[in-house]
Amino acid sequence: MNAVFYLLAAITIAGGLAAILLKHLIHAALAVTVAFGGIALLFLQLDAQFVGFAQILVYIGAVAILIVFAILLTHGADLPEKGVFNKGWAAALVIAAAVFAVTGWAVLQSIDAVPQRNAAPVVSMHDVGNALVGRYVLPLEIVGLLLTAATIGAVIVAMHEKERSR
Amino acid sequence: MLGEGILKGMAETAKNFAGSFVSAERMTTVQYPEERIPAVEAARVFPILIYDGADWQAGLRCVACQICEKECPPKCIYIEKSKDKKPDYVGKPQFYPTRFDIDVSVCMSCQICVEVCPFEAIKMDNEFELATDDRFGGLLYDSEKLAKSNEYYHSIHPTEASEVDARLAEEKAKVEAKAKAAAQAAAAKPMAAAPPAAPDKDAEGGA
Amino acid sequence: MAATPFFANLDRIFILLRDWLVGFLPAAFRPAAGVLLAVIAIVCVFPGLFALTTIFERKGLGRMQNRLGPNRVGPFGLFQPVADGIKALIKEDIVPLSSNSLVHFLAPLTLVVAVFMEFAVLPMGRNMALVDMDAGLLFFFAMSASTELSVFMAGWSSRNKYSLLGAMRAIAQMISYEVVLVLSSVSVVMIAGSLSLTAIVDKQNHYTAGLPHWYIFTPWGCAAFVMFAIAATAETNRSPFDLPEGESELVAGYHTEYSGFKFALFFLGEYLAMFSVSGLGTTLFLGGWSAPLSVLNWVPSWIWFFGKVMMSIFVFIWMRGTLPRLRQDQLMNFAWKFVLPFTLLDLLVTALWRMLGPGWERWVFCSVILLVAYVLMGLGAGRRRHIGPRTYRYAE
Repeated sequence: MNAVFYLLAAITIAGGLAAILLKHLIHAALAVTVAFGGIALLFLQLDAQFVGFAQILVYIGAVAILIVFAILLTHGADLPEKGVFNKGWAAALVIAAAVFAVTGWAVLQSIDAVPQRNAAPVVSMHDVGNALVGRYVLPLEIVGLLLTAATIGAVIVAMHEKERSR
Repeated sequence: MLGEGILKGMAETAKNFAGSFVSAERMTTVQYPEERIPAVEAARVFPILIYDGADWQAGLRCVACQICEKECPPKCIYIEKSKDKKPDYVGKPQFYPTRFDIDVSVCMSCQICVEVCPFEAIKMDNEFELATDDRFGGLLYDSEKLAKSNEYYHSIHPTEASEVDARLAEEKAKVEAKAKAAAQAAAAKPMAAAPPAAPDKDAEGGA
Repeated sequence: MAATPFFANLDRIFILLRDWLVGFLPAAFRPAAGVLLAVIAIVCVFPGLFALTTIFERKGLGRMQNRLGPNRVGPFGLFQPVADGIKALIKEDIVPLSSNSLVHFLAPLTLVVAVFMEFAVLPMGRNMALVDMDAGLLFFFAMSASTELSVFMAGWSSRNKYSLLGAMRAIAQMISYEVVLVLSSVSVVMIAGSLSLTAIVDKQNHYTAGLPHWYIFTPWGCAAFVMFAIAATAETNRSPFDLPEGESELVAGYHTEYSGFKFALFFLGEYLAMFSVSGLGTTLFLGGWSAPLSVLNWVPSWIWFFGKVMMSIFVFIWMRGTLPRLRQDQLMNFAWKFVLPFTLLDLLVTALWRMLGPGWERWVFCSVILLVAYVLMGLGAGRRRHIGPRTYRYAE
């Protein structure tokens, strides 16, 4: 919990808050990209090189682009007349607090599961690779299936119409 | 589709690249302003006024008929006609332009003024290095700047100039022959009517 | 092979220089100062190489087109980049009135910062990588992905439909070819067993009968290198894939509304990306800083690295002078229907190579499989495609 951690946490939280509070959608998308970058730097600060760079590669390099494409292609960049805040924000606050509580409880439980809490485990690329195809192969294959389904869906949506009604 | 076209293309450019260092006739670059491409005879840039002889004001062929001013598409010619007349190349008294301005920043080099001029007075120059930093008056050419001698016209458009000269000489010869015939007829008639008055009529007819 | 002390010191000259300069400071500041010096060296050397590349490109393209390039400024026109730099600096910085000025300002900065970061992991000589990371290759691709974001920022913030169109096309092209880039690098990672670029170069630094073990000299490596080269040309928006910035197509694409120094920064970013991706290709396939023949090991390693990078740049320029531009649908088709399947096949062949173990069998099998697949795909891609009016099932 040193100064670097606080700085990175401040960047991430600032990005997230800006993403919620900014009115212009593209600005909000760019702010959430800053938040992604902050998370990646937090991973790097914890010496998780693979996850940190994969976060940059995937989130900033692909997910952020996906978000801005989606905004642009659905005419979402115009300012809404009624304002950006939902009327049911109280219910949303409750749900968000519940999700945060569950996630926080899970994280705190997992800290107790690791025996040496103070020593940072040294995880190399090989360990990540071995874990992915050894212990976690089922989630890996399920994610692959999910991506295949998404790709097939994208191809079907963009496919040429068959020449049947000419 | 196996990429052999790309390889052939790359071989071609490699040949060009290597050849450019060894053979001089490959490189068609003309290093302006040290070298220049020789001027083509039919090139045209902006109009000039032709004068015969040494004095540009006396020999200017232009008679201020204002046909070129009316025909010019962007209306870049501005002519003011004189009040008096002076004789032209066949001796006939004609008007002359007291003011003949062409705005070459407007001129589009279409050559229509040359085509419609009945007196072979305005022709196209081929000088293009006319850049000036005088934004307001530097590109408005008056008649003094536009007047170029017939010898200059011969030097830039030799075939055209010889043809024009031949035509003008022919017309002049025709006019002179007609005048001589008219003078002979005028001299013959008084000889038949009153012999003593003949020498006076002769002197009048010749002047 | 023991090199004489002179050449060994020449090889390490930059390290020795840095240690000598850093020795003037107290011991507490030395590591940070060493890193700072290396960063300053990168920031000075690569833009200098960029300036040289611009003039060599213009003269090289000129000679390929049977004309002289620029030859007025300095001997043989070599000071032309100085003239270009001065011109870029004194031009008026025009920002469109209705543009998003913050994003408009940040876009070239994002590009240049991301591209400069890519140089941090390239091993430019023996022990000369700025940072030796375990996941160096992944870091490189992460930075390369961030450049796409800056392209979008540039195109969108200009409030110009042609800029936006150019940006969309550029991003689509860059994302498609980035997949190919990563997958062809994965072949190398499979054989080298590490994501660290210095480890990959060390694996290639062995010699058999004087010839090196560079990955380009293996069947799978040659195929992967060709795919990598195609993808690298497309990633940096270089001819024949320069539709997003083709002057005759979209004015200047996503950098239409930039003038003066910001345009120079985009230009710099594009050429630096070319350098860094050439550096990566050199590291992965051409053996990085290792010499082509074991007898040539006395030549300093950084000379080999920069020599190979400049050779790659010359091939880039050569391709630019030879090939016409690809249309957007042609280049997307090319990526997804030819290059990507071939790269996936190459991954399988690499796995086969590793499984078969050393011997002549793996050379024969892998070469035959790759050649047959290439010929079949090439002939298949040449079939005429139906071109008619497009209809979309769900978009009406």
